[in-house]
Amino acid sequence: MAFWKPDPTFYASPRDAVAAPPEKLAYVAAFDRSATEPDAIAVLDVDPDSASYGEVVGWTELPFTGDELHHFGWNACSSALCPYAPHPHVERRYLIVPGLRSSRIYVIDTKEKPTSPEIVKVIEPEELADKAGYSRPHTVHCGPEGLYVTALGGAHGNDGPGGIALLDHDSFEVRGRWEVDRGPQHFAYDAWWHIAHDVLVTSEWGTPSMVEDGVVGELLLGRKYGHALHFWDLRKRKHVQTVDLGDEHQMVLELRPAHDPTKQYGFVGVVVSVEDLSASVWVWHRDGDAWAAKKVITIPAEPADAADLPPVIQPFGAVPPLVTDIDLSVDDQWLYVSCWGTGELKRYDVSDPFNPVEAGSVRIGGIVNRTPHPAQPDVPLAGGPQMVEVSRDGKRVYVTNSLYGSWDDQFYPDGVGAWMAKLDSTPGGFTFDERFFPNGADFRGRRPHQTRLQGGDASSDSYCYP
Amino acid sequence: MTDGSLAALVALGAFHGLNPGMGWLFAVARGLQERSRALVLQSLPAIAAGHAASVGAVAVLVALTRSVVAAQAVAIGGGLLLTAFGLWRLLSRRHFRWVGMKISLLQLAGWSFLMSSVHGAGLMLLPVLTSAPAPEGHDHGLGGDLSAGLFVTGVHTLAMFAVAGLIAVLVYEVVGLAVLRRAWFDLDRVWAVALVGAGAATLWTAF
Repeated sequence: MAFWKPDPTFYASPRDAVAAPPEKLAYVAAFDRSATEPDAIAVLDVDPDSASYGEVVGWTELPFTGDELHHFGWNACSSALCPYAPHPHVERRYLIVPGLRSSRIYVIDTKEKPTSPEIVKVIEPEELADKAGYSRPHTVHCGPEGLYVTALGGAHGNDGPGGIALLDHDSFEVRGRWEVDRGPQHFAYDAWWHIAHDVLVTSEWGTPSMVEDGVVGELLLGRKYGHALHFWDLRKRKHVQTVDLGDEHQMVLELRPAHDPTKQYGFVGVVVSVEDLSASVWVWHRDGDAWAAKKVITIPAEPADAADLPPVIQPFGAVPPLVTDIDLSVDDQWLYVSCWGTGELKRYDVSDPFNPVEAGSVRIGGIVNRTPHPAQPDVPLAGGPQMVEVSRDGKRVYVTNSLYGSWDDQFYPDGVGAWMAKLDSTPGGFTFDERFFPNGADFRGRRPHQTRLQGGDASSDSYCYP
Repeated sequence: MTDGSLAALVALGAFHGLNPGMGWLFAVARGLQERSRALVLQSLPAIAAGHAASVGAVAVLVALTRSVVAAQAVAIGGGLLLTAFGLWRLLSRRHFRWVGMKISLLQLAGWSFLMSSVHGAGLMLLPVLTSAPAPEGHDHGLGGDLSAGLFVTGVHTLAMFAVAGLIAVLVYEVVGLAVLRRAWFDLDRVWAVALVGAGAATLWTAF
């Protein structure tokens, strides 16, 4: 209760949020694959008028090693304005930062010193295990009544099921498991909602034993990774429907529901089809009273010389695109699709969600291409566009290059490197900002993963008013 | 009922109506979701009904208690309870339960009842309820107090309904929700202070 007026970063509707001022700082999760140095939250200067634009201007190290920071989120966002549970006078100031490997969750205060945020609380894995029965916390979303944290794994020796833990948004204590009735759901990955329709959606990757040491070829070819979407009643916390995309579509990851609360559709990316190594993007939507999903984008694998391929994909003679992240602009007009394998970031006009139209593409990195950044055209880059984040006004797109420690090592065995890039996105163009390219030693030996923008971004907030 | 307490009733009703958390915002949200002013207007009576039920329950409870216990004891007990409740509201960290957006008018009335009750909307009227003249005889007093309680509930709810309705329609039709960013003051704290004040006033009139 620090404000008399609502937090200025809360917006009632996506239409209002699009008019938000440009962000000045970006927070980036950076982890040490060797687990000998602590992971860190890097603070990037993203103010083009600043002398240190594009530089790492802050660095908060964690007190432990081996956390493997991955995704994270804010303690509060625009959903605090929702009419049925309003608490508009909380502040967006804490980053809730899970360690995907350690199962620790850090609460990091960005308010007092935005460029050197402070750790104010550590939730130990035991608390998450004892109170919610989960481990490997992943996605964090701010809901009107508390924080939703997805988790890949079970606890106390159980590999699964993964699910969602609820956190108190004042004390940050684990309140318990979210699901009252999980139905057939076992795999977990992402979760988000159609908040104005009391609908929650979850996606599927795999349990910890299936992912922590790298992708397991037999499991992949045996179609054992997740390949379904789950729809839930957000009020009753009950599983409502499974929509199976087909078991050839392995690993259903990032969920990007329309921001417009009157709409009930969203996009989800599939990493790879075991039939032809293509990747795909699907739109889920209402079909009468039920839910359905339709493949709307297919990105084919690119033929390659086996000698140029890492052992994990050598037998196939092709580079899979590996769509590992997608992001939808706040105005629901543009969808960005990361192809981490081929090293391409695609932009689609999705104003008609069932008929996306490709409207721009850039190449950077890639298993075979190793495309350089225009700021350093002589330096081939490893890794590919991976976590992608879009500013609230939709004009700036940030991308980092690491996927997940053990998977980086499989697909980029000679080193994935570390870099972050920014693109300027206008209706007419989609191009690199040559002034913005923190890379290599800027990240002090860590690998950058998710980016969160100061004040919120396209994947942080949900809105109850159209 | 004096003119002063009548004015206080209307003012408290307006204050409750003004609070976005008491329902007008929910009415606007429902209307916006379906692009329907009719839905805004339909929602308001349900919200007012829930509020009236919450306030009325307190009014009737006070009336029944006063008919068997000395009026002064009710005022003192109620005043202490109210002050404690206000302090708790002021100092505690609270959470709202998840209700959801897709609810029927009946559920909306239920939501409003719960929202008003946990906020102590009815308790805030205690000074008005307990300052009425003490009942003279048992039977006569019970009926008198009950009708006074219903009168208090009616006047208060009417004021709440009028203000909430006016704001809901204004925001839906003219102002737009961007106003929330500038004008959604932290009424919870004002509210808690008002509860403490009402408790003190109740005690004051008891002696």
